[in-house]
Amino acid sequence: MNLRNTFNLGVKELRGLWRDPVMLVLIVYSFSLSIWTSANVSPEALTNAAISIVDEDQSHLSARITSAFYPPYFVEPQMTTTAEMDRRMDQGLDTFALNIPPDFARDVLAGKNPAIQLNIDATRMSQAFTGGGYIQQIVSSEVSEYVAGYRAETALPVDLALRARYNPSLDPKWFGAISAVIRSITMLSLVLTGAALIREKEHGTVEHLLVMPVTPTEIMFSKIWSMGLVVLLGSIFSLSVVVQALMAVPVQGSVVLFLAGAVLMVFAMTGLGIFLATIAGSMPQFALLLMMALLPLQVLSGAMTPRESMPEIIQTIMLAAPNTHFIILSQGILFRGAGLDVVWPQFAALAAIGVALFWLALIRFKKFLR
Amino acid sequence: MTGSVAGVSGLTLRYGKVTALDNVTLEIPEGRMVGLIGPDGVGKSSLLSLLAGARVIQQGKVEVLGGDMRDVAHRNRVCPRTAYMPQGLGKNLYPTLSVEENLDFFGSLFGHDMAERERRITDLLAATGMTPFRSRPASKLSGGMKQKLGLCCALIHDPDFLILDEPTTGVDPLSRRQFWDLIDRIRATRPGMSVITATAYMEEAARFDWLVAMNAGRVLATGTTSDLLSRTGADTLDAAFIALLPEEDRGEDSAVVIPPRTTDDSDIAIEAEGLTQRFGDFVAVDNVSFRIPRGEIFGFLGSNGCGKTTTMKMLTGLLEPSEGRAKLFGHEVDASDLSVRRRVGFMSQAFSLYSELTVRQNLDLHARLFDMAAEKIPARVDEMIARFDLGDVTDSLPEALPLGIRQRLSLAVAMIHAPEILILDEPTSGVDPVARNGFWRILAELSRKDGVTIFVSTHFMNEAEWCDRISLMHAGKVLVSDTAEGITKAKGCATLEDAFIAYLEEAIGETAPAPAAAPEAAPEAPAAGVTHHAQQSGFSLRRLLSYSQLESLQLQRDPIRLTMALVGSLLLMIVVGLGINMDVEDLTFAALDRDQTTTSRNYIADIAGSRYFIEQPALTSYDEIDARMRSGELALAIEIPPGFAADIAAGRDVQVGAWFDGANPSRANTVQGYVQGMHADWITRQARQLYGDKASGGSFELVTRYRYNPDVRSLNAMVPAIIPLLLLMIPAILTTLSVARERELGSIINFYVTPVTRLEFLLGKQLPYIALAMLNFFLMMAMAVTFFAVPFNGSFLGFTLSALIYVTATTALGFLVSVFIASQVAALFATAMLTMIPAVSYSGLIYPVSSLSGFGRVLGEIYPSTWFITAARGAFSKAFGMAELAGPMLAMGIAIPVIIGLAAAFLEKQAK
Repeated sequence: MNLRNTFNLGVKELRGLWRDPVMLVLIVYSFSLSIWTSANVSPEALTNAAISIVDEDQSHLSARITSAFYPPYFVEPQMTTTAEMDRRMDQGLDTFALNIPPDFARDVLAGKNPAIQLNIDATRMSQAFTGGGYIQQIVSSEVSEYVAGYRAETALPVDLALRARYNPSLDPKWFGAISAVIRSITMLSLVLTGAALIREKEHGTVEHLLVMPVTPTEIMFSKIWSMGLVVLLGSIFSLSVVVQALMAVPVQGSVVLFLAGAVLMVFAMTGLGIFLATIAGSMPQFALLLMMALLPLQVLSGAMTPRESMPEIIQTIMLAAPNTHFIILSQGILFRGAGLDVVWPQFAALAAIGVALFWLALIRFKKFLR
Repeated sequence: MTGSVAGVSGLTLRYGKVTALDNVTLEIPEGRMVGLIGPDGVGKSSLLSLLAGARVIQQGKVEVLGGDMRDVAHRNRVCPRTAYMPQGLGKNLYPTLSVEENLDFFGSLFGHDMAERERRITDLLAATGMTPFRSRPASKLSGGMKQKLGLCCALIHDPDFLILDEPTTGVDPLSRRQFWDLIDRIRATRPGMSVITATAYMEEAARFDWLVAMNAGRVLATGTTSDLLSRTGADTLDAAFIALLPEEDRGEDSAVVIPPRTTDDSDIAIEAEGLTQRFGDFVAVDNVSFRIPRGEIFGFLGSNGCGKTTTMKMLTGLLEPSEGRAKLFGHEVDASDLSVRRRVGFMSQAFSLYSELTVRQNLDLHARLFDMAAEKIPARVDEMIARFDLGDVTDSLPEALPLGIRQRLSLAVAMIHAPEILILDEPTSGVDPVARNGFWRILAELSRKDGVTIFVSTHFMNEAEWCDRISLMHAGKVLVSDTAEGITKAKGCATLEDAFIAYLEEAIGETAPAPAAAPEAAPEAPAAGVTHHAQQSGFSLRRLLSYSQLESLQLQRDPIRLTMALVGSLLLMIVVGLGINMDVEDLTFAALDRDQTTTSRNYIADIAGSRYFIEQPALTSYDEIDARMRSGELALAIEIPPGFAADIAAGRDVQVGAWFDGANPSRANTVQGYVQGMHADWITRQARQLYGDKASGGSFELVTRYRYNPDVRSLNAMVPAIIPLLLLMIPAILTTLSVARERELGSIINFYVTPVTRLEFLLGKQLPYIALAMLNFFLMMAMAVTFFAVPFNGSFLGFTLSALIYVTATTALGFLVSVFIASQVAALFATAMLTMIPAVSYSGLIYPVSSLSGFGRVLGEIYPSTWFITAARGAFSKAFGMAELAGPMLAMGIAIPVIIGLAAAFLEKQAK
């Protein structure tokens, strides 16, 4: 392999990219605005949960409970009747319905341990759990404050000191921001190399290259290094400027180690990008393939939901995807401050997958050129 | 003097800053064969597309068949009487459809019934000699046959005005002649038919009745061939055209003189011995042999697809020959031997330089790739710029340059490393005569002065005559190799073109029936012609269905789109269903028990015993907590302080420490909830044991009822929500692509110039996608209840009906997006974003629409996904029957005419 050719061709790719405004916008957007917005959207957090209350008690306590639900967690509660409540839930108007029975306040004071009913629309899973927990806490604290006005408390003096590590306030922005950076790296390394190859094919310049003293390996490497460089620079920018400086997300571990992992990741993904591009042959088909490939890579790799809650077989299959390892290593490094001693297995796996993908892509690429 | 079939006045057309037509005024005589001559990019195509009504008139007036083409009603009346064949081989054909399917599609667009179509197709195919290829896909036809098929498609409805845009560019001489003979025969049977055709071949133009010479968006001259010749005093049309050009465009002395060769012929540069190339069953190149001595200009002639390019690829080592050998300078061509490539310069057919690099950067890159010493490169680049006269454009991008200059640049790039052999694949197609002459002067100099061997393919006879020797290739075989003079003499013909045609006829004489043998089969003007012109207006189910059939045939033949359409949603359903699992289970935890009493163990056992946590080996130190949490091994660590049991018994305050991994906050929130719940539960139980019932004062019980999904299984909640998302995104993308593809590939012209209406076009395309989406719906339903085991409680019929209404709306949404976006790739991403964002955020997927406000609320209330998500959750979990589903169905039903109406209103029936 002639390194000079690889370098020259790579410079050509960079110049080409420079004149492609759509791609430039996509790159800039993916590493800046997209990180910002997706970090600030946290679908898991409870906001504007719709709740209705059936107050059959009409006591001081029930009024206290009702007034304890307010934005941003909940919308203003809808006061309703038992019959109406069922209808509203059927139509999906409310996610929660709290039913305070008659004489609730009196029974609480009398130590009769009365029941208060909480209906949850469990088809809205994302809110069902967190919302249920919040409601339990809100009602409990209102009840105990109310009771505290009447009598002394008898409880065990056991306190639970619960501390979240690596993200003490459980700010979803931190996780969202890093996940978004990882997603941008994945997507762009696929899109840029694939598009670079297809652009050459559509312009008929691949053949042109082949009559010159240049080998397919050199052509492939030139695309990998140039597009990989762009992705790396983008991720350095988004990590240091957008994530660390602008969003003030603390990074625990070594950024250099993370970038070393990113190099391996980009190597593997660009190989995959070329592989997909050789299958597709034209831009629209490549884009369709991307949609079918990116989503599983994204969703099943552990970037969105923890790996351990997926079926065993999916976990095993996804070990073949570079994303899985990259997500484990970057979460380890960036959140928990893990060092190479901890994440070396992921580095090894990424390198192995990268080499395998490169080799597969090279075989396909040589056929594609025929 | 006859009347005129069409006329334009003061016509001006601009594409951005470029002026394509500059105040053109012209009358086109009726019943004549009118030729529009001039090089590429002078406005010929623009003029023709305006005449055909395919393009919006910006400025000026266009009258065709006695009416104003700005008037929609007149355009609708006229389009069944005109036929337009756009530029480009098979541009308006559907490549994956067979010859017959293409013709059938056009026939049904013009309202013929099946018997009528069958009759016309049979006639047209017989007249054009295409009967044997009836079931061959259009993409597998040779250039000449594609153009014949294009002509058949244009003629199927007996037009009165035929508009042909460069129909014979890239076609071999015999096919060209057959093409014009065919037109002559048709004109003989339909004398009233007017024809206007653009051409770049002057020889061909000479036989037309009346000519229009164009340059730089203006008409230079009009008149018969003899008019033009006598006016300019030239003896060929080529020369006449150059004489008509303004002074500054004429270039230097126009005659190309190639000095005789002086080198001796024993030094062989290129040698082919029995070269053969097979692609599967297809023999692209069949036993081709020739020897080309150093310094010779060797011409290669033949139709597109006859094997010229394949032969060239074998000579350059791009393709390994199936049989035979290619030698350059006595060495066999070996694809892996890079040193041979340094002695060869190659210029491929398509303009293949990097359009994103400037002229200088292109030259510089190629010099580097050919391994020239870095210090020599600037000098060599300057030398090339000077020699090929590129000094004015060194920092321009190639795309901004006229074709002639781009060809010079290509040649400069091919010559950068001073190769001894130049292989040029149709270097001058589309270039104007002046630039072509200039190009050949350079070739002559390279050959005679520098001794470069030149192997060049061309369609132009005058270029062929400049070559030292020429080979004629047809269907993979070389028919003859000789000097131009020798070939002409051998056949006893007057011109080289006649001689070639004689050779071609000889070669195919036995295989194809001479088309001229069936002139009586040429489509006679049927008496019904007048009536079928009349019945075009109004809504036509036949035209609608012909688009449905077209769409389904194309889809069947595109594996990637078909896969997406058939199994895309199933694949994504599995992925999302399995991947986005909100049940947080199997969390790892370990305890650091410093107390080691029954009480402390009891506390830990409570956690270990829950279904959420899996206990790991116990911890021994704080450092270990750090290390094991850092590696991600533990999600939770519990520390019980020493004296835990004793303190509780004594009623002293005591604190249990718990650390959990907060990296993923949503998971952490769940963990936190679990731990708090278990802790509170443990305390209550302990308190009861210790203090009895009096501990329960002030307590109450919160009874939680998880409705509709009592097991709180996330799949039961997810699956009914995924189905609406997938039935939105994939069908919308597919319909967007179906319109964007037509635009990008050019076949949208058929929509512009045929009587098909916007609504027929859209609804016709929509039908197959609705069917596919419904198939997907049933597959997903089957998957949901079997594989994912989600119980379905509602009315299946009602839900199916809701789905049908929903996918009708979502496929229509795709059209609405496609109307605004030109390229396929942009359309694809835009559709994905524009459909999914409202679906995810404003359709009650996570937050009920009732809790939204402002714009989101309004969008949520009208967006079809909102209603289908309600229907899906209702039908799956809430046992909705037909009555409960009626509301959502009505709401979605109202959206359909609105969306389709908007899409149809914004869809352009002409190019801008």
